[in-house]
Amino acid sequence: MSRFAKLLFVPLVAPLLAGCNAVVLAPAGDIAVQQRDLIIIATVLMLLIIIPVMALVVLFARKYRKGNNAKYEPNWDHSTQLELVIWSAPLAIIICLGAVTWVSTHLLDPYRQLGRIGPDRPVAAEVEPLEVEVVALDWKWMFIYPQYDIATVNELVAPVDRPIEFKLTASTVMNSFYIPALAGQIYAMPGMQTRLHAVVNEPGTYKGIAAHYSGHGFSGMHFAFKGVSDSEFDTWLADVRTSPDMLNRQRYLEVEKPSEHVPVMHFAGVESGLYTAIVNMCVERDKMCVSEMMSIDEQGGLGHAGVNNLAPELYGGGEKNRSPFGPQKTYVAAICSTDEAIAMTAKLPALKAPNAAPLVGKGLTRPEMVAQSNAPALDWLAGKLAFNQNSPADAL
Amino acid sequence: MSSHAKAAEGEAPQFYELVPHHHAPHGSTQIGFWIYLMSDCLIFASLFAIYGVLGGNFAAGPSPAHLFNLQLVAVSTGALLLSSITYGFAMLDMDEGKKTGTLVWLVITGLLGAVFLGLTLYEFYHMIHEGAVPQRSAFLSAFFVLVGTHALHVTFGILWLVTLLVQIGMKGLIPANRIRVQCLSMFWHFLDVIWIGVFTVVYLMGMLR
Amino acid sequence: MTNEFWSFIFGRLTWDVLPLHEPIVVITFIVVAIGGLAVLGALTYFKLWGYLWKEWFTSVDHKKIGIMYMVLGLIMLLRGFADALMMRLQQAIAFGGSEGYLNAHHYDQLFSVHGVIMIFFVAMPLITGFMNYVVPLQIGARDVSFPFLNNFSFWMTAGGAVLVMMSLFIGEFAQTGWLAFPPLSGIEHSPASGVDYYIWALQVAGVGTTLSGVNLIATIIKMRAPGMSLMKMPVFTWTSLCTNVLIVASFPILTAVLTLLALDRYVGTNFFTADFGGSPMMYINLIWIWGHPEVYILILPCFGIFSEVASTFSSKRLFGYTSMVYATVVITVLSYLVWLHHFFTMGSGASVNSFFGITTMIISIPTGAKIFNWLFTMYKGQIRFELPMMWLIAFMLTFTIGGMTGVLLAVPPADFVLHNSLFLVAHFHNVIIGGVLFGIFAGINYWWPKAFGYKLNTYWGKISFWLWNVGFWLAFGPLYVLGLMGVTRRLRTFDDPSLQIWFIIAGIGALVIAGGIGAMLIQFAVSILGKNKEWDTTGDPWNGRTLEWATSSPPPQYNFAFTPVIHDNDAWADMKHRHAQRPTEGFMEIHMPRNTGAGIVLAGVSVVLGFALIWYMWWLAILSFVVLIGAAIIHTFNYDRDYYIPVEAVAEVENARTRLLSGAR
Repeated sequence: MSRFAKLLFVPLVAPLLAGCNAVVLAPAGDIAVQQRDLIIIATVLMLLIIIPVMALVVLFARKYRKGNNAKYEPNWDHSTQLELVIWSAPLAIIICLGAVTWVSTHLLDPYRQLGRIGPDRPVAAEVEPLEVEVVALDWKWMFIYPQYDIATVNELVAPVDRPIEFKLTASTVMNSFYIPALAGQIYAMPGMQTRLHAVVNEPGTYKGIAAHYSGHGFSGMHFAFKGVSDSEFDTWLADVRTSPDMLNRQRYLEVEKPSEHVPVMHFAGVESGLYTAIVNMCVERDKMCVSEMMSIDEQGGLGHAGVNNLAPELYGGGEKNRSPFGPQKTYVAAICSTDEAIAMTAKLPALKAPNAAPLVGKGLTRPEMVAQSNAPALDWLAGKLAFNQNSPADAL
Repeated sequence: MSSHAKAAEGEAPQFYELVPHHHAPHGSTQIGFWIYLMSDCLIFASLFAIYGVLGGNFAAGPSPAHLFNLQLVAVSTGALLLSSITYGFAMLDMDEGKKTGTLVWLVITGLLGAVFLGLTLYEFYHMIHEGAVPQRSAFLSAFFVLVGTHALHVTFGILWLVTLLVQIGMKGLIPANRIRVQCLSMFWHFLDVIWIGVFTVVYLMGMLR
Repeated sequence: MTNEFWSFIFGRLTWDVLPLHEPIVVITFIVVAIGGLAVLGALTYFKLWGYLWKEWFTSVDHKKIGIMYMVLGLIMLLRGFADALMMRLQQAIAFGGSEGYLNAHHYDQLFSVHGVIMIFFVAMPLITGFMNYVVPLQIGARDVSFPFLNNFSFWMTAGGAVLVMMSLFIGEFAQTGWLAFPPLSGIEHSPASGVDYYIWALQVAGVGTTLSGVNLIATIIKMRAPGMSLMKMPVFTWTSLCTNVLIVASFPILTAVLTLLALDRYVGTNFFTADFGGSPMMYINLIWIWGHPEVYILILPCFGIFSEVASTFSSKRLFGYTSMVYATVVITVLSYLVWLHHFFTMGSGASVNSFFGITTMIISIPTGAKIFNWLFTMYKGQIRFELPMMWLIAFMLTFTIGGMTGVLLAVPPADFVLHNSLFLVAHFHNVIIGGVLFGIFAGINYWWPKAFGYKLNTYWGKISFWLWNVGFWLAFGPLYVLGLMGVTRRLRTFDDPSLQIWFIIAGIGALVIAGGIGAMLIQFAVSILGKNKEWDTTGDPWNGRTLEWATSSPPPQYNFAFTPVIHDNDAWADMKHRHAQRPTEGFMEIHMPRNTGAGIVLAGVSVVLGFALIWYMWWLAILSFVVLIGAAIIHTFNYDRDYYIPVEAVAEVENARTRLLSGAR
């Protein structure tokens, strides 16, 4: 069994062998440091029970091997005291760990604004956090600095000891934004926004990676994250601003096209509202933004008018991959307001009035008519359910 | 547990069943079919969950209020609920050994199921005709798949029912056929229960939303 | 015209999809083809087709189906492991600008197919094989509740495996990871056949798994021998019951979610797309609501195997039977409350994350109780270090580490830095290999004599044991380290040369494991072909404690001539202790199910249906669907499904055993 014992030490000793390379165990940002501490606390807590168990396994295996003449009780199969111990010992550990988990999960919530930049170093009131808008593209990272009106690809620079507020999204597929030296990872997903708060304490260049597999060019999708002094940061900003490249919607759509092993790019200016458009998947101007769509949906959609409110979707000049039984790929076309949408309805040729058609499962052209034709059923329901608030027929 | 070994030391207990007890034929079939139905129920649960999450995402297209027609659905619901009752009559007749009565009630059940199916297809046809296709929005995708999966189950139920009619016609109400009628009965009532859920969640709540 | 005609017949299947430009695949194909032809030739030459068809393929005997599941699992293990070796080699050499020897298209398929095969077509068949073989014997039954369904389930599982294997040579497999998250797995980003292979292989196999779950639950509930109350069931049967409950309660969700993904891909619906109101997050939630119970589906029966092994080889009653059972049930229930821990990093919010983190940790309490129970089963026992017992010790030492890293990953802020890293990869291999695979190896060594009548070779078994253990830590120790160095998974190339040494060590570890697999195959070969077999004439080679050891090795077709009556949860130990006499006369005819080819036909048609859907051959899809339904209906017209084994035949078998037993004593 002793060979076992040696083998067991491999994973325990190995991190020590790895030395300063083990970036997760020796990070450069306060959040990652706290996460590292948590790993160690949790590991030690668990070792409290794991080590005795493993020792007992080896001990019992040796002592009670056949021919060793240890005590043999073939019918001994129950002991209330022991049962209490074997259920309560793990329970006790889990209670401790659970408490640690609850507290640390809330304290280290990536959405939570930083209260400190290091142990006993609260964030000064006058410090304005650095805002960075991150977009995961196929297969490179785009960073927009809204406060400085610049953007980069595959290069992230931040001043040391200044809190950073990331907002993240993705253009097409899911990805995960991870700078091991800075803080834990957070997913970047299309049409959604996630957030991450972190701070880098030690200057240096660190690895930034895409942690979630995102397709063909995934392995080459990494970037350099640089923690620099304030003055170096200013120099860098000035340097970026010398770039002839500007990031407007048009340029973004070019950059967004899939590419691999992309070198660093700098953009001296960024079209306002671009990031919002990216999150809402409406960089193409004639496409309806997710936010607009959601607010329209909340008000009950656009009815039959909305059915035709589609534009064919083209990608790189051609049609996107199409489902064998699907219609042509389209997207919902942008409209400015619900009023306009309703105005559109009026322009559509009126469908036949569904007078005799309560039984015809046919939708109706205009909202008022839907309300009318369904009014009897709804009134009946409203009565039955003692539906006191707005009559649903009115709501329509 | 250990007390057992000690207690029974003196007696000479029986360790083998020398005269085999008689298993009822198809003794496991009902419970097996029940368990299968529960697994099927989970497919519907997933679809309901999907509908619950995506049911409000109209993608600036039509919503339930624009599309559904409660009167139509009320008729199809009535047909399906009635078919459960007529299936019950078929079961009663089968218990009394009346082959013809069983067959007649099963045929009526099947016809009511076909009415339900026809109305559902009619509804689908009209929605698609108007452009409210499953591809238009997540809500429509979820709607077509939830209602469509139920309709698919009814289709298979009818297919099974027809098969059973032939088999009862050929072999009569033998035990093997009786257990099949019982299983189909469970399946049929199960579809009824699911439909009550669909009717409530999709249609009633959709109109009220 | 001709072009349209051919694309009507073959859909999108053209010569271009054959991976002729990939020399590795071509060579593999040639080797597999030659090997396959050799096997087929040998079967024909020795005229074994009729035997295989009559005695195995169409058999409804749970024992034969169990063995077929095991064979399927072991064959697929070789494929899945070959993929693993290729990945290890790629990662060991692709440094500092080197692209390695695999392009992204090939490599991305490798890690996807490795995961799919290892979970669905190695672990699942092996587990199902054990449950099929052992459960009816342990509960004193003559077969499962629905013997035909059992045969059908097996062939559906095998059909799924066939589809996955086809993807190697015809077209490609998914390049999406083993769970095929959308939007990446949507038609827009994965237009080729890969994801379709994934979907239909899992759908075909999933039907088999679900039905086999239904079957085994019904069997355990309805077919137990008289006297066997639930709390007198052997622990393996208990864990099997819980596993099958999990199967029935989780696989339908997989079926539903894959159907929706298929609809997104084929019809253009918007369930999991990012626009038109679809929600990719919904897919991730649903697939993990299946996915997390799935890991308990795999591990619970292994816990059962270890429980049987612990008490048998410690020559002692299992410590804490009741708490063992309750621990199993608690794990079963809790496994549904933890799925979100697979995506803490998707921004669910602190309260949700901590809830799921803590429920995950709570699972470690019953699991820990189980470890203690095995520990105290050894306490005051007389431990015989046969191979199954060695695997148990190795499991207890390995699995606790894997469990520990698992609980570590359940702490959300720790997960933020370890998620998607090689630490995570090391963790789940630590529990799946150290738990599931070691359990399967213990089980194979334990029940082999029951299935075949002789013990497995110990010498090669020990070599395999040590190679597996050393290889495991060599292969996955470095991955733990790399994870702590911030290295994430599924990467094909690396820039940092300081990482290379760790990948080389891991690669060596994989080679050592290859040695372990090789030694195991030699162990089988030596045991099967060797002249000096350790024959088991008693039916009870290990001094076992549960009912499967009460009958002969291998058991007769009908398992028990007389149904045993149970008085204690170690039924066979109790019978031996109180000198129960095996009846030697008064046999009766025995009612048994008849073999049928319907299962293999239905599954075969399902594979054709899947293939047609993958390649857009719509006429074939419609045709095979109609044939499938038609064949199922025709099958229901067959009322002649059982027969009686005559008294004389039973008496002959039993008298032979009586002679053998008296000779042995």
